[in-house]
Amino acid sequence: MESHARSLPEHTSARPESRPDWLLLTAVLAVAGALVRILWFTPVELRQGVAQKIFYLHVPAAFIGLYFACGIVAVSSLVYLWLRDERLDLVAESAAEIAFLFLSVVLVTGPIWGKPVWGTWWSWDARLTLSLFLWFVLLGYMLLRSAVEDRSARARFSAVMGVLAALLVPFIHMSVYLFRTLHPMPIILKPERPSLPNEMLVTLLVSMGAFALLFAALLRRRYRYAHLREGVVAREEELA
Amino acid sequence: MRERTRATRILLILSPGYKDLAFPIWLIAREDAGVRIRRDHARRAGKHFQLNGKAPARGRRTPLAPRLASRYRSTVSAPTPPTAQLVVSAERLSRSYGRRRALDNVSFTLEQGQCLALFGPNGAGKTTLLRVLAGLLRPSGGEVSVAGVPLPGGAQVRAAVGLISHQSLLYPALTARENVEFAASLHGVPNPGAAALAALTALRIVERADAPVRSLSRGMQQRVSIARAIVHSPALLLLDEPYTGLDESGARALTAVLRERRENGAALLLVTHNLHEGLELATQAAILRAGRFVRQDSRSSIDADAYPEIYRELAGALH
Amino acid sequence: MLEGAWLIARKDLSIEYRTRSAFLAALAFALVSVVVFRFAWDPTTVTALDLAPGVLWVIFTFSGLLGLFRSFGVELAEGAMDGLLGAPVSREAIFLGKFSANLVFVVAVQAVTIPAVVLFYNLALGSEWIALAGVAVLASIGLVAVGTLFSAMALNTRMAELLLPVLTLPFFVPVVVPAAQATVVLLGGRPIVEALPWLRILLAFDLVFLFACTSVFRFTVEE
Repeated sequence: MESHARSLPEHTSARPESRPDWLLLTAVLAVAGALVRILWFTPVELRQGVAQKIFYLHVPAAFIGLYFACGIVAVSSLVYLWLRDERLDLVAESAAEIAFLFLSVVLVTGPIWGKPVWGTWWSWDARLTLSLFLWFVLLGYMLLRSAVEDRSARARFSAVMGVLAALLVPFIHMSVYLFRTLHPMPIILKPERPSLPNEMLVTLLVSMGAFALLFAALLRRRYRYAHLREGVVAREEELA
Repeated sequence: MRERTRATRILLILSPGYKDLAFPIWLIAREDAGVRIRRDHARRAGKHFQLNGKAPARGRRTPLAPRLASRYRSTVSAPTPPTAQLVVSAERLSRSYGRRRALDNVSFTLEQGQCLALFGPNGAGKTTLLRVLAGLLRPSGGEVSVAGVPLPGGAQVRAAVGLISHQSLLYPALTARENVEFAASLHGVPNPGAAALAALTALRIVERADAPVRSLSRGMQQRVSIARAIVHSPALLLLDEPYTGLDESGARALTAVLRERRENGAALLLVTHNLHEGLELATQAAILRAGRFVRQDSRSSIDADAYPEIYRELAGALH
Repeated sequence: MLEGAWLIARKDLSIEYRTRSAFLAALAFALVSVVVFRFAWDPTTVTALDLAPGVLWVIFTFSGLLGLFRSFGVELAEGAMDGLLGAPVSREAIFLGKFSANLVFVVAVQAVTIPAVVLFYNLALGSEWIALAGVAVLASIGLVAVGTLFSAMALNTRMAELLLPVLTLPFFVPVVVPAAQATVVLLGGRPIVEALPWLRILLAFDLVFLFACTSVFRFTVEE
């Protein structure tokens, strides 16, 4: 950890921030391209109409936010408790923030899609509910990080929370599903996981790819920021 | 460097010792063994607290720390054989908070019956040093062992140490007796009630033993806090400004108790601002500044009249 | 074997018994809430049976949090935590001791609140009370395990009082939902078999989180 701390300043000075972030630029272009394809080059679904196009944003955001971003938070938290490498803590911090962003997209697009299809803004759909609780957990995670001054304590506390959150998800999942099976919801059109026509499937995959790229770019950028910030803090400590 | 430490850590994970992460139960069993050993030791050394600090005959027993260490070696594997009589050995000990080095390559040894008086201005790292030796902080560099066990040494080290901190470490809602008894039973002392009574007697506070600590004055609380720290006859006593708040009778009682502990083979580390009271018990003295020992002397070579001048010079600019 | 845990739990309980402040506060909070909740709903449209389970478990959650603050607050006031950490007991034993004392605290609050709900809500509670007590204990284990761990962390932060509920409530979802649903089954006089899936979740949660929280507690106190 100490040797790591020593490596920080070289790292920061070797990376002038004026250079454009090509990965992020590509990711933004990819997302824009995916949007164009979604809007103009994908057929309108018969039953749900134009509203169904939200599907191509909602599902990739959920998939990448839930599995990738939260997965990274959980794994790097666990490994941090073993190796105590500060970088793992920073990765967890960055991934959690982006997971929060992606889940926010899920929670915003969900009701927008739900209103025309289900006839109501919010239904306690199992997956949507799970996302909501996970969103709260991430919010708590970020609050916890902001509330601890000491860096080592902050890293340990948030890693502990990350690990416990990973254990929590299956339980929320079980409760939410059991709740639903025992309490049939008022008639809703459940958007079943259908066999998508080819064109729609391709659009979904394109969108998924674009979101994955966006996630990677944001993660890298956010991590760099965290790295720089820690470098500044460490320098301040040294001077103090 | 980083690669090597990480490799070591991975090895550590794979080694059976790291099971304590995954199997707390196993760990509890192991630490229970530590308590058992401790209790065994305490039973033999148990008669330390004769009333009014009267010391038992000297030379009657084998010295305390090696006996302790050999016990540990027989049940819990101790990687390095302890040097006889050494209670503390610190070799290039460092501790950092983030990048600030609170302790920077501190080396010293402390044998049984020795008392190191540690002086230094605020923020010099005195408290950090005590907390590292008490097993409350991990050292971030160097080799330290306490009672023959290398740090961080877990329950074995903590069993051998008594700490008087700048906080009282007491529960205000409980009585003095309950507080001390609780500490005694946590340390596995065989008859915690009697041990607590003896410790409170030694500090001359036995008549207030059943008063809740919150009703006691600051000085009285300090006496209870000292009783709490010595009740398990630790091989190493760490004292952070122990005289704070004590009146004259309290100070005398404390000095008597510390003498008696020393004569029974305990090592003392006394942190203080007061040069006079520090030098009274010391067998050696050191001045800590900005995390480093800037001067180390044995007591016999110290001229008590000249020492304040030396101290002012060395600690001066910051003080 | 769990001698250290027992000593710590006994110490905590005797402090609580001496002062009684947290227990009485939590109890008063629970009873007031029971009454207020009943008044806030229109009894002609919402039956007591529909209301009671949810009310019970929301109240237990919050009154439990009151007790958890006290648990580590006691240790921090005079630095007593250093005394615990400096003693030759394992961190796991410290956690289990704290956990046990908190569990007793929460169950004691429940032991008064459940009869109060039955009384104020005019519920007919026959022999199911044993099963209900079982559900309460099962749920409390999970609540207290998670709550104890988080209060150990939250007390070392700024704005601890605010942070603890925000951190723990999402974790309480798989406890409160199954417990409330099982209570619905029991109070409705339906066969207990219907509650079994819920009880299974509770039991699994207890086992997983008691083990996990005990294991990671050491990371919240080391330095």
